[in-house]
Amino acid sequence: MSVAFSTTVARIGVHSVFGRRRGVLLFVLPAVLLGLSLLVRLLVGEEERAAQHTLYGLGLVVVVPLVALLATTGLLAPEIDDGSIAYLLAKPISRYTIVASKLAVASACVVAFAVVPVLVAGLLLRSSDPRFGLGFALGALAGGLAYCALFALLSVLTRHAVVVGLIYLLIWESLLGGLLDGVRWLSVSRWSAAIAEPVAGVSLVDNLGVGYALTATVVVIVLGVWLTGRRLRAFNLTGDE
Amino acid sequence: MSTILLEHVSRWYRNVVAVNDVSMTIGPGVTGLLGPNGAGKSTLIAMMSGFLAPSTGTVTLDGEPLWRNESVYRKIGLVPEREALFDYLTGRQFVVANAELHGLPDPGAAAQASIALVEMSDAQDRAISTYSKGMRQRIKMASSLVHDPAVLLLDEPFNGMDPRQRMHLMELLRTMGAEGRTVLFSSHILEEVEQVARQIEVVVAGRHAASGDFGAIRRLMTDRPNRFVLRTGDDRTMASVLLADASVRGARLRPEGGVEVEASDFGRFSEVLPRMARDHGIRLLEVSPTDESLESVFAYLVSA
Repeated sequence: MSVAFSTTVARIGVHSVFGRRRGVLLFVLPAVLLGLSLLVRLLVGEEERAAQHTLYGLGLVVVVPLVALLATTGLLAPEIDDGSIAYLLAKPISRYTIVASKLAVASACVVAFAVVPVLVAGLLLRSSDPRFGLGFALGALAGGLAYCALFALLSVLTRHAVVVGLIYLLIWESLLGGLLDGVRWLSVSRWSAAIAEPVAGVSLVDNLGVGYALTATVVVIVLGVWLTGRRLRAFNLTGDE
Repeated sequence: MSTILLEHVSRWYRNVVAVNDVSMTIGPGVTGLLGPNGAGKSTLIAMMSGFLAPSTGTVTLDGEPLWRNESVYRKIGLVPEREALFDYLTGRQFVVANAELHGLPDPGAAAQASIALVEMSDAQDRAISTYSKGMRQRIKMASSLVHDPAVLLLDEPFNGMDPRQRMHLMELLRTMGAEGRTVLFSSHILEEVEQVARQIEVVVAGRHAASGDFGAIRRLMTDRPNRFVLRTGDDRTMASVLLADASVRGARLRPEGGVEVEASDFGRFSEVLPRMARDHGIRLLEVSPTDESLESVFAYLVSA
């Protein structure tokens, strides 16, 4: 397994994210987060609980995974679906390089459309405490990267990556994550909250160490890239037969 | 000079057999892969281009396996059947990207040369989304030729092309073959294949039905009884005149009108029919083959 970075794959990736109508959603999600944060700040002032709920409930649990889902599936799923990925794969470059380069673009989208907006929203909600926004931004970064790796794998496993991804987010991360305490061990958004906690100086999830959260995040990222590349090495391209 | 070797290759999807124990050697020059739709041509090309693993048997390019071996793409240019491309790029951006992915020293120049070869220089700065079917086919060709590959694999390349584009692509393939490249293209149209290919491999229902130069395949396909229905000014005289000729095995007057003819030598029959009609002053109103569908030709080949 050799991983390098291909600027060509990345450049085509940028075109494919913003060349489709879906790309507009990438601007809408952070705009909603920032708009709501501004509203909260104006209505309730610098209140910690409200700020926390906004950045966790809307930022880490909704905006970060959705941005990762949009960016990652936009980079992989359509090309696999229509077969045009063959033009990338029929080249003497490692397929891990292709996955890594595409994920680099997805990660850049996460930073631009999720991490930075979370940071700005944090500063907006609690201007007196910059560590608050910084902590949530770090959590958003860790969660965003893990989601990208996870959704990349989903894109090469199923033709319905967007739908499966949404169902996963709704059922597992939101619904079951709220009902069953044990889900926190296997929930990317809970891990990202645990990573945000020590820096932001807040308490979001009980009994989840930051060490565990960091390790789990790294494992998901590495495993996601590796399995996606492995799956792409065995990519089948056939006509209508 | 490169050679693709298939040895006892089979491929099945669950319990459906797409390719059944095929062995063939594809060497330098143009080879046509001929067969009706669904015969397994795309499956074969997918295996030859490293995009499908054979269920049994081996597929190699100059001794190297094609499956899970990205380095073989230095030698291969692939033109897939599916039309989808990176629509949001311009033709030039697309071909340059392909050149870069091959790690060419001067991607811009290689792309220009390749685009010129397929006569797309004028449209290269337009977005691919605005291209016609034939233009897409040509930019796909340019992308597959950009690294000067020894092997060129094309899946149904003539689909959707107008006659002029077809002629141009045929000429291009002939040149590629004459240069010593190994060119393989698939088609379900005999006339298309025999105009370009030196060697023809016929697949029917997943099996390798025939192999040879176009003359041999042509004979196989035409030296079989052909049935025609004629409508003429004088059916009875026509039938009797036809029976006198060696190329005709039988002639029958149809109750609903017209003559049903079974010709044993199609080539000769097509020459003598108009002459006999003229000599006897009979007007030929209609000559229509009754079993000329490609499937029946292939069915005949399989049973032969």
